[in-house]
Amino acid sequence: MAYKCYKLESILTINNLTKKFGYLTAVKDLSFTIKKGNVYGILGPNGSGKSTTLGVVLNVVNKTSGDFHWFDGKISTHDALKKVGAIIERPNFYPYMSGYQNLKLVCKIKGVNYSKIEEKLKIVGLLERKDSKFKTFSLGMKQRLAIASALLNDPEILILDEPTNGLDPQGIHQIREIIKQIAAKGTTILLASHLLDEVEKVCTHVVVLRKGKKLYSGRVDEMISSNGFFELKCNNQEALVTLLERHNSFSKIKVENDLVTAFLTEPMRSDDFNKYLFEKGIILTHLIQRKESLEEQFLQLTDNQTNQI
Amino acid sequence: MLRLLNIEYYKLKYNKASRVLIIIYFALLSLMSLFATIKFNIGPIKFHLAELGIFNFPYIWHFNTFVASLLKFFLLLVIVSMVANEYSNKTIKQNLIDGLSKKEFILSKFYCVIALSLISTFFVFVVSLILGFIYSSYTELTIVFSDLEFLIAFFVKLLGFFSFGLFLGMLIKRSAFAVAAMVVLFLIEIISYGIVCGINKGTELADRIYQFLPFKSLWNLIDEPGSRLSAVKEVAAQIGEDLSYDYSVRWYEIAIVLAWTALFIFLSYRLLKKRDL
Repeated sequence: MAYKCYKLESILTINNLTKKFGYLTAVKDLSFTIKKGNVYGILGPNGSGKSTTLGVVLNVVNKTSGDFHWFDGKISTHDALKKVGAIIERPNFYPYMSGYQNLKLVCKIKGVNYSKIEEKLKIVGLLERKDSKFKTFSLGMKQRLAIASALLNDPEILILDEPTNGLDPQGIHQIREIIKQIAAKGTTILLASHLLDEVEKVCTHVVVLRKGKKLYSGRVDEMISSNGFFELKCNNQEALVTLLERHNSFSKIKVENDLVTAFLTEPMRSDDFNKYLFEKGIILTHLIQRKESLEEQFLQLTDNQTNQI
Repeated sequence: MLRLLNIEYYKLKYNKASRVLIIIYFALLSLMSLFATIKFNIGPIKFHLAELGIFNFPYIWHFNTFVASLLKFFLLLVIVSMVANEYSNKTIKQNLIDGLSKKEFILSKFYCVIALSLISTFFVFVVSLILGFIYSSYTELTIVFSDLEFLIAFFVKLLGFFSFGLFLGMLIKRSAFAVAAMVVLFLIEIISYGIVCGINKGTELADRIYQFLPFKSLWNLIDEPGSRLSAVKEVAAQIGEDLSYDYSVRWYEIAIVLAWTALFIFLSYRLLKKRDL
């Protein structure tokens, strides 16, 4: 199966996409490609252009310049969308129809057999409530119905825009479990979110956006390229800091009250480090080696950019 | 086309407000037959509407299409809310994401307008036919099926009017405001018409200009039928007024309304295409 990795089909290609709302540039010169089988995350703070980008490729927002194409680029966008499952922001359905009736309408639009409805309602756990009117649903149920609706056509790619936004912890958990299940089946997923831990566990690839510009795109594990840091405490703080500052393996030393944080520029094992300090006569009362979470990485990345501008 | 019509029918079917309005509309259309039972007895004068000849073939085609077209307001509400609700529920966005193209979206609404107009026309045809066979003095087939162009005019009138509603619904996105906008536009047209008539001391010039405007062109399709009644004519003749004018449906009147229809649908499409949802 390994050779297959070399010719992954591309599902969505975006080239130099720009979208302006009046004088505001929501998306600026954005390019990336989505390959089959991977799980992608689009990360960015609120207002960074995530939803606009998805809106453009989903045919509801007009691009200003640049271009994009679905699959091999030979079919029109609205035909391509029949092979895509997408939910954007809030779930939009007809309030006066029941869950089942709403899904039946989606089947009519996508040209899918009605037999799929029950199957997908079961996946999201709404089978018992299928005959209740949509307006009686809680937000979590609405969101789950939206996922069922996006799955109706067994899509090649599932696009989720902030799927857990506004949900209670229980609802968030349910949605994440469903997403994990779907990802496990090999469906390509594109997940837009400002919640990093949401993406960190699921996604293999990530595109980081800020103010409509791409800051990073690539594998998640490559993004976390740093060697981590040590959190240290000892009774002789001054001696420790001086020693660390002279050491070549550390880039930055941060002191907060009695906690010293030392950032590594090269890999180092904690036992070696401890031994080294002990030999230099420093006895630690506290030693923790950590790697930045994606969230800290992300904040660092976006902060750096702010400083540069 | 059938697929789009099917989608639109499905959306309407479960909407209670639309369903009630449509039922009221068709109920009122059938109640036209109640005109037949209107009887006044003012002292010695006996007045029975059915005996005035309003249900005589072929005059009935003219009278019934005229009266029925006054009821089109009910269906206008259905059309406008059908469009505006897609915006307020944001389902238009979801429809497009699910793979309906913008063109298909407008077409599905337009097909629905055509279907409602056609059904109304057919309904008026059947009701008039039944009423006519009950009350008309003449039931020879050649007379019964003459003057059917009023049905065509009726169809075009509904088509134009509903397309106007569809466009305003797309433009304004809120049913109440769209209907209000239509009323305002109507008032603007009718008041400015009055002013133009006043300045020129006559309706001739105003008619020539206003026949191209939406409401007047719709109105022109079916001229008011009252003065065509023999009874009215007799009264008019007694006070020395000549009411005889051309009642027939003219091709250019139909052409003007069809041009408006095409414009409204085209503009709706342009609007949707340009708009970011």
